[in-house]
Amino acid sequence: MRSSNERFQCAEAIVELKGELVYKRRIEKRYRVREIDERIRKERTKSEAKIISEARRKGVPTPIIVDVEEYELVMERVDGNLAKEVIDEDVSERIGEFVGILHKNGIIHGDLTTSNIMVGKDNRIYFIDFGLSFIESSTEARGVDVHVFFQSLKGTHESHEQLKESFITGYKRTFSDASQVLKRAEEIERRGRYVER
Amino acid sequence: MTIILGLEGTAWNLGAALVSEESVLYEAESTYKPKYGGIHPREAAQHHAAELKEVVSRALTGAKEKEAGFSLKSIDAIAFSQGPGMGPCLRTVATAARALSLSLKIPLIGVNHCIAHIEIGRWRCGVKDPVILYVSGANSQVLAYRSGRYRVLGETLDIGIGNALDKFARYLGLSHPGGPKIEELASKGTTYMYMPYIVKGMDLSFSGLTTAAKEAVDSHPDEKEDVCYSFQETAFAMLTEVTERAMAHCGKDELLLAGGVGANRRLQQMLRTMCQDRGGTFYVPENRYLKDNGAMIAYLGLLMLTSGVTTPLERSRVKPNYRPDEVEVTWRE
Ligand SMILES: Nc1ncnc2c1ncn2[C@@H]1O[C@H](COP(=O)(O)OP(=O)(O)OP(=O)(O)O)[C@@H](O)[C@H]1O
Ligand SMILES: Nc1ncnc2c1ncn2[C@@H]1O[C@H](COP(=O)(O)OP(=O)(O)O)[C@@H](O)[C@H]1O
Ligand SMILES: [Mg+2]
Ligand SMILES: [Mg+2]
Repeated sequence: MRSSNERFQCAEAIVELKGELVYKRRIEKRYRVREIDERIRKERTKSEAKIISEARRKGVPTPIIVDVEEYELVMERVDGNLAKEVIDEDVSERIGEFVGILHKNGIIHGDLTTSNIMVGKDNRIYFIDFGLSFIESSTEARGVDVHVFFQSLKGTHESHEQLKESFITGYKRTFSDASQVLKRAEEIERRGRYVER
Repeated sequence: MTIILGLEGTAWNLGAALVSEESVLYEAESTYKPKYGGIHPREAAQHHAAELKEVVSRALTGAKEKEAGFSLKSIDAIAFSQGPGMGPCLRTVATAARALSLSLKIPLIGVNHCIAHIEIGRWRCGVKDPVILYVSGANSQVLAYRSGRYRVLGETLDIGIGNALDKFARYLGLSHPGGPKIEELASKGTTYMYMPYIVKGMDLSFSGLTTAAKEAVDSHPDEKEDVCYSFQETAFAMLTEVTERAMAHCGKDELLLAGGVGANRRLQQMLRTMCQDRGGTFYVPENRYLKDNGAMIAYLGLLMLTSGVTTPLERSRVKPNYRPDEVEVTWRE
């Protein structure tokens, strides 16, 4: 449980937890040229703010955004744990339900992993990190979203097969096109990438 | 001492090597060079068939000269690349491996080519449990080990980065392999041109970038260096980003680079910077163990043999789409 003030470096941002608030600052990446770096940090900060609010309006719990700057978001702090630390079949099923709602509403999360989903002390599921999100309703985009989630389960969780099944149960419950998307996710996994040159 | 003869021939490079627990005894190789365009699988397979005998005997003679007491009898098993790779090439090498195993009366070991890239890197760099970025012609994957398997955390959704570089190079009229030639041109570029940057979680896509680079050359034929520079900067930033995301997700702070594209100095520099900035450590083996080579096949064969795994003839069919996460890792705790 995180209650005190903390500051840590994540995949692409420095996240500071201060009291009730979270400051997420997309820091400069020295490894890439400035032209790419600035463009990406600006674009992602802006679209994250927009889509995180859009998702909440559609009924998916996300932190409320308090302030948006060029490279920084200030948002409500979720009091709880990363799904990575506490996921079980029940949590995974509820994640599936919410991803179904996102997809039904044309929202692709873009980085669905158990590092970007939290389970609050209130036992609700919260979605965070919408930096790679976009609006699209194609089966391919949805399939990739689900595929990314399944890969992250495989990479870090012992009982990934059961967790995947639970996710599917939840996803099908809230989203009528689920079967088509799940079929595509399987195809993406099997897609022969050893193409002849 | 256990000695394995390893045969590699999944694509354009045919290699044979003798490897023991302590060292690489001897390596020999022969590279297929397409007369025009990219790799033609059937032509590459014919090249391998024609050169196999020569390459294997060069490896054997070399080992004899280098190691007192080495003879055919010293070899404990034959390892070969079972996949992934081009069907005709794989079949040619597998046939030779089966024949050698039968005539020398020693076990056959079919190894996964991707995992061989990983294990030779871990061996040469002495790194224990890294996140791995594997970038070659056909493959671009981020992997990490967890309970008995190398798990694919992210990968390309369309073509491999090497393939993308080679395709673009061909468009510029450069011969195969194009990667090093693009690197050379890019080092002279100075101005970044906008290119599509496509990352989906830990997955990525290179086909849109390749198309954009071709269009950029069409409209700026005198600025090839800048286009190459922009192409590389974009593609490698995408790779570095997904790698960093995987390291954060798994909570690992070591990174190992594998595969032929890993020879690129700019890619190495970006990954090293990324690791430094997050307090991690970057590892990369020498160039000859980055590209396809026989030593990595022999070395993985050795790990498998000493952990009790061999491949009976009836299970030695090639697997052109063999995925790394299909392999049960018996040699790591
Ligand atoms: N300096 C470099 N910069 C960029 N790319 C490079 C460089 N050197 C080699 N390459 C690329 O590496 C690729 C070859 O990699 P590798 O030797 O691992 O073989 P492969 O046949 O693609 O293997 P795999 O079966 O693992 O996909 C080619 O696409 C080549 O252009
Ligand atoms: N609103 C929040 N409440 C509590 N913790 C958060 C919040 N947002 C982010 N975090 C923490 O910070 C980490 C990184 O944030 P994230 O938005 O995922 O950044 P990155 O894009 O760098 O992965 C999360 O994994 C989580 O632990
Ligand atoms: Mg995150
Ligand atoms: Mg290779």
